[in-house]
Amino acid sequence: MIRTLMMVAGAAVLLTACGERPQVIQYKQGSYQGKPDTPAYSNAPFDGDKAAWEKTLATRNQNQNEYKRIR
Amino acid sequence: MARMKFLCDAERCIECNGCVTACKQEHEIPWGVNRRRVVTINDGVPGERSISVACMHCSDAPCMAVCPVDCFYKTEEGIVLHDKDLCIGCGYCFYACPFGAPQFPQAGAFGVRGKMDKCTFCSGGPEKDMSDAEFKKYGRNRLAEGKLPACAEMCSTKALLAGDGDVLADIYRERVVTRGKGGEVWGWATAYARPDTQKPGAGPAPAAPPAPAPAPGGKT
Repeated sequence: MIRTLMMVAGAAVLLTACGERPQVIQYKQGSYQGKPDTPAYSNAPFDGDKAAWEKTLATRNQNQNEYKRIR
Repeated sequence: MARMKFLCDAERCIECNGCVTACKQEHEIPWGVNRRRVVTINDGVPGERSISVACMHCSDAPCMAVCPVDCFYKTEEGIVLHDKDLCIGCGYCFYACPFGAPQFPQAGAFGVRGKMDKCTFCSGGPEKDMSDAEFKKYGRNRLAEGKLPACAEMCSTKALLAGDGDVLADIYRERVVTRGKGGEVWGWATAYARPDTQKPGAGPAPAAPPAPAPAPGGKT
């Protein structure tokens, strides 16, 4: 009887970690519950012209590179 | 377009707090809330470094994963935004964020927390672009005006860069090759590394440009 109990207790100790689950939560795509947002280029002055918006941002992006700006 | 990122060059930041001021002024941020702040490491010790810190708009943002009301979303440019109408101010995102980005204005007596406020990459939120409602809740929408975040555009030494991640990496690479040192990009491995490289024991993320050998004539 005691031996059986000790075996059960031993097995419980050895198998404790088997019930552990990963605790890192992963974001599930599409679970956003809030209001929809429109793309940044959907209004004036770009009025949906994504290419023009990207070009404007790319120009400003390069303005941060003083090696290009001052040459 | 690739995704939007921030990059802070610790070799250039002079702790002027111009980015903090620009952000506060641009969005009329209330007292007690700092969407951006400058952190100095080894302050007063030779070799001290300063870094401008705000929401990095992580690739795999932990705030999005832990939010109990799922008020976070990501734009097609990779900017992490949230809906303040849905936020309950629980503070889980603050505990999850590796950069301490979420801010909570005091909303009443006894230090009651208000709805979370954080850097929006100057791109507003889920309200009509450039409307009063958007400005009051999230601040100015500079991206919709074809501008980059005010903090980066105001940076006097161009230590803080914002925009397309590929372009930033190119600018930074050229800089590092020219000066011959300081190739480590603070925060990029945490914010933009692939999730599989963030597991314990995994190597460093390949996001940061490698440090080159000192250039001839460059200081070491």
